[in-house]
Amino acid sequence: MIPAQFDYVRPTTVDEAVQALRDGGDDAKLLAGGQSLLPVLRLRMADPSLIIDLGGIPELKGVREEGDKVVVGAMTSHYDVTRDETLRQHVALISEATKTVADPQVRHRGTLGGALAHADPAGDLAAPALALDAEFVIAGQNGTRTVAAADFFEDYFTTAIGEGELLTEIRFPKYTGWGARYEKFNRVAQAWSIVAVAATVKVDGGTISEARIGLTNMAGTPVRARSVESALVGQSATEENVRKAAQAAAEGTSPTADADAGSDYREHLARVLTGRAVLAAAG
Amino acid sequence: MTTTENASTPAPEIGRDRRRKEDRRLITGRTRWTDNQALTGLLHIAIVRSPFAHATIKGIDTSTAKQVPGVVAVYTAADIGADQVQLPCAWPITKDMKAPQRPALAGSRVNFAGEGVAVVVARSAAIAKDAAEQVEVDYEELEPVLDMEEAIKDGATLVHPEIGTNENAQWVFDSGEAGSGGSVAEALQKAESADDQIVVRRRFRQQRLVPVFMEPRSTVVDPNAEQLTMWSSTQVPHILKTMLALTLGLPEHKIRVIAPDVGGGFGGKIAVAPEEVVTLLVAQKTGKPVKWTETRSESLLTAHHGRDQIQDLTMSVTKDGQITGLDVKLLADMGAYLGLVGPGVPILGAFMFNAIYKIPAYRFDCTNVFTTKTLTDAYRGAGRPEATFGIERMMDEVALELGMEPMEFRQKNWIKHEEFPYTTVSTLTYDTGNYEAATEQALQMFDYDGLRREQQERRQRGDVKQLGIGISTFTEMCGLAPSRVLGSLDYGAGGWETASIRMQPTGKAEVVVGVSPHGQGHETAFSQIVADQLGVPFEDVEILHGDTQSSYKGLDTYGSRSLAVGGIAVVKAAEKVIEKAKPIAAHMLEASEGDLEFSGGKFTVKGTDKGVGIQDIALAVFAAHDYPEGIEPDIDAHATFDPENFSFPHGTHLCAVEVDTETGFVQLYKYVCVDDVGNVINPLIVEGQVHGGLAQGIAQALFEEAAYDDQGTLLSGTLVDYTLPTAADLISFDTANTTTASTTNPLGVKGVGEAGTIASTPAVVNSVLDAIRHLGVSDIDMPTTPYRVWTAIQSASGHAGRADEADVASPGAGLGSTASDISKGDTQGGHL
Repeated sequence: MIPAQFDYVRPTTVDEAVQALRDGGDDAKLLAGGQSLLPVLRLRMADPSLIIDLGGIPELKGVREEGDKVVVGAMTSHYDVTRDETLRQHVALISEATKTVADPQVRHRGTLGGALAHADPAGDLAAPALALDAEFVIAGQNGTRTVAAADFFEDYFTTAIGEGELLTEIRFPKYTGWGARYEKFNRVAQAWSIVAVAATVKVDGGTISEARIGLTNMAGTPVRARSVESALVGQSATEENVRKAAQAAAEGTSPTADADAGSDYREHLARVLTGRAVLAAAG
Repeated sequence: MTTTENASTPAPEIGRDRRRKEDRRLITGRTRWTDNQALTGLLHIAIVRSPFAHATIKGIDTSTAKQVPGVVAVYTAADIGADQVQLPCAWPITKDMKAPQRPALAGSRVNFAGEGVAVVVARSAAIAKDAAEQVEVDYEELEPVLDMEEAIKDGATLVHPEIGTNENAQWVFDSGEAGSGGSVAEALQKAESADDQIVVRRRFRQQRLVPVFMEPRSTVVDPNAEQLTMWSSTQVPHILKTMLALTLGLPEHKIRVIAPDVGGGFGGKIAVAPEEVVTLLVAQKTGKPVKWTETRSESLLTAHHGRDQIQDLTMSVTKDGQITGLDVKLLADMGAYLGLVGPGVPILGAFMFNAIYKIPAYRFDCTNVFTTKTLTDAYRGAGRPEATFGIERMMDEVALELGMEPMEFRQKNWIKHEEFPYTTVSTLTYDTGNYEAATEQALQMFDYDGLRREQQERRQRGDVKQLGIGISTFTEMCGLAPSRVLGSLDYGAGGWETASIRMQPTGKAEVVVGVSPHGQGHETAFSQIVADQLGVPFEDVEILHGDTQSSYKGLDTYGSRSLAVGGIAVVKAAEKVIEKAKPIAAHMLEASEGDLEFSGGKFTVKGTDKGVGIQDIALAVFAAHDYPEGIEPDIDAHATFDPENFSFPHGTHLCAVEVDTETGFVQLYKYVCVDDVGNVINPLIVEGQVHGGLAQGIAQALFEEAAYDDQGTLLSGTLVDYTLPTAADLISFDTANTTTASTTNPLGVKGVGEAGTIASTPAVVNSVLDAIRHLGVSDIDMPTTPYRVWTAIQSASGHAGRADEADVASPGAGLGSTASDISKGDTQGGHL
């Protein structure tokens, strides 16, 4: 690991971090778990002059309940997310998806906020956050603001986090009692998703009463499969019904083509995996 | 032998599940790899590499880079004479082989993306890397040469215009001409016109792979001692030393090469690497110790690749399943230059396409081709995985055409155990083997019949996940190699190996070996052998290796030779120690040599309880106060062993996979292998070698490919793109051994290092195809990725995917008979 030279600061509060960002200007980069930034530095695809390490800010870590929300600090590690009982109980989809991220070493280093702020279209946590209607709390020089998931992901590797700002919290509504499944499809266990489907559904007496579905890597940003969601509501959770509804999964997507998958294959996978994810979530 | 003696004899070490003695230091990081060498005044280098596959170098501007604080020098190829170097190829396979000059740094033209053009010398590796980005190279791009078939057509762009062709060499073996069998041309001609025979033609593709070793390559050169010392992460310190002397005109006795602990190689560190030579040239130029350590991306891009062949196979067979002829035509991609043994790698396959089968007529015709890609050379199995894949895929294809159960077809043609020793159509003599025994045990462990039933059931109910079963009954030639055979193949060296045993005054044994481990567990296995041979405790044996100053003679480690050749040298050295100790023992015991016997580390006078231990004799010759007249007071010994034959491990590998017909995903379901590697020194090490070998062979079938774009840029330049499997992608393997001892060495051992890799690839691909053949799929190129599998199913069922994006085997790329069926729409269709 030989990156180009950079300065390094390790603030202990969000205010200090915001200050460091202001001082660092355009060329400053925030370091969360480093799972995306460090490879980029190592390959010298980026050479920031300042690295602001967020690892020393206690207020950015941990999970807490706040009324009808579960709030996760941006620097909470994937490992801590998977272990958290509150999330498992109320926001099972994020727990399920986080379990599939890379390998144990990465899950110990990587953070929820870091992954979401990086906004890799093949990353596994954006689609669940979108499906769950999460809110993103962003701190800047003028205090904090909250952005809805639908507005947070703007494009490939681009979010609503502005210059001089940092993501501090992700707030999830509670989906207590909902079934959840993150259906991930990749070449090898540690690889990025070719396509993945995040599904969480509420089933009352065998009938799906509510459904939330997010798609990973089907466009530059995560995509909600709203047609599938509405087609599912009121249906009994049979394989036939679910698969039929899942046929609309690729609507409104614009998947890329690469060596691992053509866009038609990705669309096909989205349909198949949506069916599987919903069936598993409906349990 | 009396009962008392038996009771005092320790249990034999050979056959014990010894934990590896080297693992403590390796696992806890207490060893010192090449990159850990820290010498006073050490300088670091970074190599400036070409982003283009083929380009003329118009100029290099080093002025900015030289200004970077901490930079000591920036050299172009000409500045250090790196463009004049001819890196060695030790295997000129034919007299008229075309070999382009392979410089250590390119002078006027680059021939693959990643080739070095300049070197930055700095006080730290980071500074060197920073400054390397400041070196400005003016390139004029040339047409890349990427497709082997295009490359050998008239008028093709030439990689090396100065040699006038893209053909390196053509190497032919014909059993009719050799007298070892009939003429294939005649056999095929006869079969074409005979009513009771069929002829089957297939084209298979061996994709390009990277031998991804865990420790990246690294070299340190200290030019300041009387001897120039090179530490290098290499498999071949001895060959490297001799080749550096020959290549650079250095006196060999002034060079010392040290391969400290080396973190894997898989063939990828059998080289005289340009970077090793550049490090040396820079050290000489600056008069300072210099270090080069590559990054992972540099390794994937520039360390040699492996495989990459187009295989055209034709087999004639009687309708009742007797093979009558096999014709093999290969194109092998050498890449831009010839590596140390590169041109010979596909030739090793010449002896293995006939595999375990009795084939009356055989022809092998291989053309090596230059392209503007990273060069290819040995990768675990070297030539034999390619051959085994070709023949074992072919056996399934022909069985299919015959409507015969694939195992039955193999059984009809393989050499029966009572027929050994058996001289094959490619002129090798297999000493021992028992294909029936290994197969029977494997079938039983696998529950072959049960899985076939399950496969039928899934077919009938149209299960989304279809089951496939694949077979590979393989053998290989390893334990490289009898020197006379290598001579007949124009190889540049012999195939012997050496060992020395130094008995210390306190009775400990220092064993110096010429083979050079890089993860195999030599220290443990050889200690077990010496412990049994000399009758000393396992703990009293130390194995020294990898430093040409202590281990002054050897031919290093590759081709599963360390035990079957190096291990026998150890045995021979131990026998000499005992022989030398005998007159001294007789003197000490006041007995005649003829009355002595040696057992359990002790000479005893037959019929008495008088005896003296070998460790006591070591002390006695150290003191040397009283020893017989006319002999030297020394029981140390050195031995060189030249094998009379290769060793021929064999085995039966059975793979079951589940193919998800909706997504194309292939999931391993069951893997059984029964390998016969002769007598086993350490079962735990053997099992580890088989597991690792399987992982790499399965990886070729399912996961890995070094892919280039149409400009000759490597697409899989990081481990994100070069999808190495991990334990999470594999399953628990069921491994076992049958044992037919080799009769060509005193331990009865055969090689095991490459067996798993050689055998497993066709078993996996056969199983993938077996799962979906009923849907109309006839072939899928490796790696059989989900996308390729899905596209193949779609194409077969008439729902063609987007052809511009899919990269499955297409009829033009040599599908077999079923390809024409597809184009006619004559398919069974899938039930998705």
